[in-house]
Amino acid sequence: MNKFIDWVDQRLPIVEAWNKHLAKYYAPKNFNVWYFFGSLAMLVLVNQLVTGIWLTMSYNPTAEGAFASVEYIMRDVQWGWLLRYLHSTGASAFFIVVYLHMFRGLMYGSYQKPRELIWIFGMLIYLVLMAEAFMGYLLPWGQMSYWGAQVIVNLFGAIPVIGEDLSLWIRGDYLISGITLNRFFALHVVALPIVLLGLVVLHILALHEVGSNNPDGVEIKKNKDENGIPRDGIPFHPYYTVHDLVGVAVFFFIFFVVVFFFPEMGGLFLEKPNFQPANPLQTPAHIAPVWYFTPFYAMLRAVTVDLFGLPAKFWGVVVMGGAIAILFVLPWLDRSPVRSIRYKGWLSRLALAIFAISFVVLGYLGLVPATAGRTTVAQILTVLYFLYFILMPFYTRMEKTKPVPERVTG
Amino acid sequence: MRKLTFALLIAFLPALGLAAGGATSLDPMEPDHTNKASLQRGAALFTNYCMGCHSAEYARYKRVATDTGIPVELYEENLIFTDAKVGELMKNAMNAEQAADWFGVAPPDLTLVARVRGDDWLYSYFRGFYKDDTRPFGVNNVVFNNVGMPHVMVNEQGLCAVAPHIGESASVDPLSGDVRNADICPEYAIKGTMDAAEFDSAMYDLTNFLSYMADPVKVERERLGIFVLIFVAIFFVFAWLLNREYWKDVH
Repeated sequence: MNKFIDWVDQRLPIVEAWNKHLAKYYAPKNFNVWYFFGSLAMLVLVNQLVTGIWLTMSYNPTAEGAFASVEYIMRDVQWGWLLRYLHSTGASAFFIVVYLHMFRGLMYGSYQKPRELIWIFGMLIYLVLMAEAFMGYLLPWGQMSYWGAQVIVNLFGAIPVIGEDLSLWIRGDYLISGITLNRFFALHVVALPIVLLGLVVLHILALHEVGSNNPDGVEIKKNKDENGIPRDGIPFHPYYTVHDLVGVAVFFFIFFVVVFFFPEMGGLFLEKPNFQPANPLQTPAHIAPVWYFTPFYAMLRAVTVDLFGLPAKFWGVVVMGGAIAILFVLPWLDRSPVRSIRYKGWLSRLALAIFAISFVVLGYLGLVPATAGRTTVAQILTVLYFLYFILMPFYTRMEKTKPVPERVTG
Repeated sequence: MRKLTFALLIAFLPALGLAAGGATSLDPMEPDHTNKASLQRGAALFTNYCMGCHSAEYARYKRVATDTGIPVELYEENLIFTDAKVGELMKNAMNAEQAADWFGVAPPDLTLVARVRGDDWLYSYFRGFYKDDTRPFGVNNVVFNNVGMPHVMVNEQGLCAVAPHIGESASVDPLSGDVRNADICPEYAIKGTMDAAEFDSAMYDLTNFLSYMADPVKVERERLGIFVLIFVAIFFVFAWLLNREYWKDVH
């Protein structure tokens, strides 16, 4: 075995790679529970790829056959129901772990210098993930697949001058049709997964170049022993591999409770109207996107005024796009001398709490039909969401921070 | 603590969605896919009363026979009215275009109807027909206003003269001891062959069958789920012990 490894290593630096990324990658020893979600995101990604490949073997990407082929998978394909539920639950699980992973970054300032690129690659992953999820949702060709896609693609039509042509170009037809289904299928199973995997590699390479942040926001590389090893660092393998294994077990337990007992999750993971085949002539009473898009959907609906001769819908799209775009510049908005929320002042803590609550409540408001009262709440929360970012350069500089310890704590 | 609160808030976001549902009041119905006698009676009702117009085109006769415990030969003889083979999908002979002409709308496929409408809705709908002379078939439905479908089981249920009391449970009057709303229909225009309790029970079976057909793997899925969770729980113990062993030397 060793001879074989030597033989390969002389031709491909596998030992070096193993050491750089696992055995001699020194991670801070004070990771807490929030640090599970990165590796869990990888786990879910693998789940989506594997189950996705097997689903593709029995799925029929045509408007005539898509819905029936999904039911064929659910009923006639051996273990097809399990593959499908693993995939559909995995989609929601992906967003849950990614949202928690991102929130971890916000809490501990993991986007701050020198980790700006890690954050940007992460945001690109999030963006591609949203596109991947959106296109995947069309594939079962149910009522909500169809009308959800119709609503979202029509949003592009709100862009002045080029809008109508742009949405026509995306659909490849005047309304969502089999042509749209075919191209979304191609993008969902080939193009976007390749981009996603590439971005994940970049995200991790950039991380391993500068090293992991930690709940204290202390730079462990500043304090090395005589061998050049950070005093607060431990090799990722075996310490964090066995550690993550515990997280994987807990995650799987919750995940399988959903897969085996609540695969529809009360209509949140699989929406009820999606058990009806797509019908272009019949609009469902209430169209709501899947839960992971609803915070942005609520922001879109919150914009109700026409401005500068452009319709409210256009400004809604601008707000929705802006809500995601503003996350990209986060590393340059935070002017705090400290990273972690543990040592930031009360203004930062309050801002983060308001931001998180706004996001969650907007997610709820995006799920339910709009009323005048709800729209007002959504408008206030949308403003709060943006204020978290826009005011960040000010409150992070103004507030009094606590002294950061030399070494990591517990 | 605050971190935990956030995590919990995000984790329980789905629960908020559940609270968001809600419609007109329905009679509750708890399906039981392990009750094979009920499923068999439901299968017989479905084939005899529903499949004349509705298909179940994603399900197969043989799967229904196997899952409900009806011997395949018996099923073939009694519950397939077309020349379909037992391994085929449960399509029906009615032409969708003609059906649309006759009823105003083509009768929908019913394979997944329980997952679209919900069990409570179906159970209430089946029992919610009443006499309404303004409608083409002379009947309307409490749960589905201006429904395009005739009251197929009028011979069994009878025809209620007024809107039946769906969504109100039976109660005993504390003074007189009379049972109120035992029959959801206070006054019949036509008497049926079944009494209210018999009809409710038959409609329970039919709903139970539709619930099974929409999600035929439920029993097996939940049975396997237990084993999977036990496995993961044991795996957790070993992972936790392994982790503890390694982390002993981290200070």
